Amino acid sequence: MGKKSSESAHSDYWKKNLKLIAKLLFVWAFVSFGLSLAFADALHGVLFPLPGTPLGFWFAQQGSIFTFVILIWVYAWRMNRLDDEYFSEGDE
Amino acid sequence: MDIQQWTALLVGASFLLYIVIAIRSRANSTGDFYVAGGHVPPLANGMATAADWMSAASFISMAGLISFSGFDGSVYLMGWTGGYVLLALLLAPYLRKFGKFTVPDFIGDRYYSQLARIVAVICAIFVSFTYVAGQMRGVGLVFSRFLEVDITTGVVIGMGIVLVYAVLGGMKGITYTQVAQYCVLIFAFMVPAIFISLHVADWAIPQIGFGMDTPGQGSTILARLNGLHEELGFSSYTRGSGNTINLIAITFALMAGTAGLPHVIIRFYTVPRVRDARTSAGWALLLIAILYTTAPAVAVFARTNLLDTVYKEGQFQPHSSMPEWFNTWEGTGLIKFTDHNNDGLIQYVGEGAVDAEGLLLQNELIIDRDIMVLANPEIAGLPNWVIGLVAAGGLAAALSTAAGLLLVVSTSFSHDLLRKWLKPDISEKEELLAARIAAGVAVCFAGYLGVHPPGFVGEVVAFAFGLAAASFFPAILLGIFMKRMNSEGAIAGMIVGLLFTASYIIYFKFMHPELDSADHWWWGISPTGIGSIGMCFNFMVAGIVRSFTADPPQEVMEMVEQIRLPEKG
Repeated sequence: MGKKSSESAHSDYWKKNLKLIAKLLFVWAFVSFGLSLAFADALHGVLFPLPGTPLGFWFAQQGSIFTFVILIWVYAWRMNRLDDEYFSEGDE
Repeated sequence: MDIQQWTALLVGASFLLYIVIAIRSRANSTGDFYVAGGHVPPLANGMATAADWMSAASFISMAGLISFSGFDGSVYLMGWTGGYVLLALLLAPYLRKFGKFTVPDFIGDRYYSQLARIVAVICAIFVSFTYVAGQMRGVGLVFSRFLEVDITTGVVIGMGIVLVYAVLGGMKGITYTQVAQYCVLIFAFMVPAIFISLHVADWAIPQIGFGMDTPGQGSTILARLNGLHEELGFSSYTRGSGNTINLIAITFALMAGTAGLPHVIIRFYTVPRVRDARTSAGWALLLIAILYTTAPAVAVFARTNLLDTVYKEGQFQPHSSMPEWFNTWEGTGLIKFTDHNNDGLIQYVGEGAVDAEGLLLQNELIIDRDIMVLANPEIAGLPNWVIGLVAAGGLAAALSTAAGLLLVVSTSFSHDLLRKWLKPDISEKEELLAARIAAGVAVCFAGYLGVHPPGFVGEVVAFAFGLAAASFFPAILLGIFMKRMNSEGAIAGMIVGLLFTASYIIYFKFMHPELDSADHWWWGISPTGIGSIGMCFNFMVAGIVRSFTADPPQEVMEMVEQIRLPEKG
């Protein structure tokens, strides 16, 4: 990546960060408050992903936690790449 | 070897390991003592954070709690893990970039106010002591149950160990001991879980096993458990109690509280770079998730085993036919059987259960939920060394959390109160000495609380999370994401959030416990969940006050710009 003028590059970088955070937090809220709690009763009849687990119950006790782990790793991976793009070695 | 010898051997070996690590990682500067010099690799910090976070409550109590509350117990699973998403996305990278030693450091500098710093110090100390009392109690319990020494001796031994590595090594010693403690505790939790999963479900992975068929029967384990619950008059295991708003409020308060707890936040000051703060949050939650996704499976197995023991083929079983573990735990008073109708049978039923003629049945069995993880290996008939291992794991969980909390207390005294307020000209050597003395005094005080626990330890946990959610979390978040948030707004917000949350909890938990039910709660939200409402008030008040007071000074706004950017190169 070439040199970017610092002021606008910084605000660019920050906007991209905020956008990514918003997307990931939407998933976070949908899975934990939505699928696991608000819609859990409606999903009780759906036995998935294991033959014995109602879907809402599974999300509340397993799926939500897996999702949280994935969300943090996606954020770390995307942001560390963004850091390289905007603040790579030799850049001012 | 019998259980006691195995326990003594495994606990002794693990303690020796912690002391060797402590001696090898002594702190030589305040930077070492507060943040391990800022040189901890992300994976090591992830392991340390996981051990720091998973306390005696996670290791000993959580699976039991879920076992007895079924679906509603999910709020703890999600609350105590989902908070890491908030931490990793919204707080950790920026606090690492800010790069000081404590949470009050950030609040004090960002809001250019000594008052804000002192409010933060008081909250940090209060929250940490609340927590530490529970840990020391856990240490005492494990000692008394498995090694047959009394609780006081157990607590004193635990204090001695923590004293050695916290006072000598500070954050540096704590970090590397926590890495070892994570290994001990996760191994100790997983081995019995895998054995039990094989035993009950014929699957080695508990996360899969609990959702499969019961071997030799036509139904799945959960369907069978729900059936048993229905027969005995308990509410469905896989369905919620119905008050969804309250469950959401509790989950959110626990999440924000988790992200705002000082002993977790300071762990992210110890990694070298901003990017390491992000990946180490990823490691931390991955390592925590191993235990947190196993716990609900263990809960199901434990519940099924328990019901199968007291209720076979549609019959309540006689007390005389109970296995040995039942009698052992009855001896400790943690299982209580009262034969109300004098028929010698253990009638274990939920509220409103009726017999074949429609007559109301009375429950005769009370089981302390904390024994489920500790008793599980015995219930499943596992070898003695597994039981010893569980004891060592419980101690690792309690000691690692206690050490992290004690460091927050000691840092708050030596750094936030002495250096930043009362005695700014203190030399580094004196500050280090003050930190060590504060750590020593804090350990002794924590030990005292462990031996003489205040009767309200259970209640104050709601307090710790509520206060962290209603004060630290919004103040730090606004400090990073709202450049124009000023000291007036932040302080007003914190005070309103704190007062509202604290008074609600005090009213229902201490002044009028008899009114503590859904009929009297505001908006149907329990004291455990009220932190999320307190947090909303904090945000609103902060925004309103800010809008008619002056902007923060130019250099503070520049500082905010700076913490938003990673370091170069």
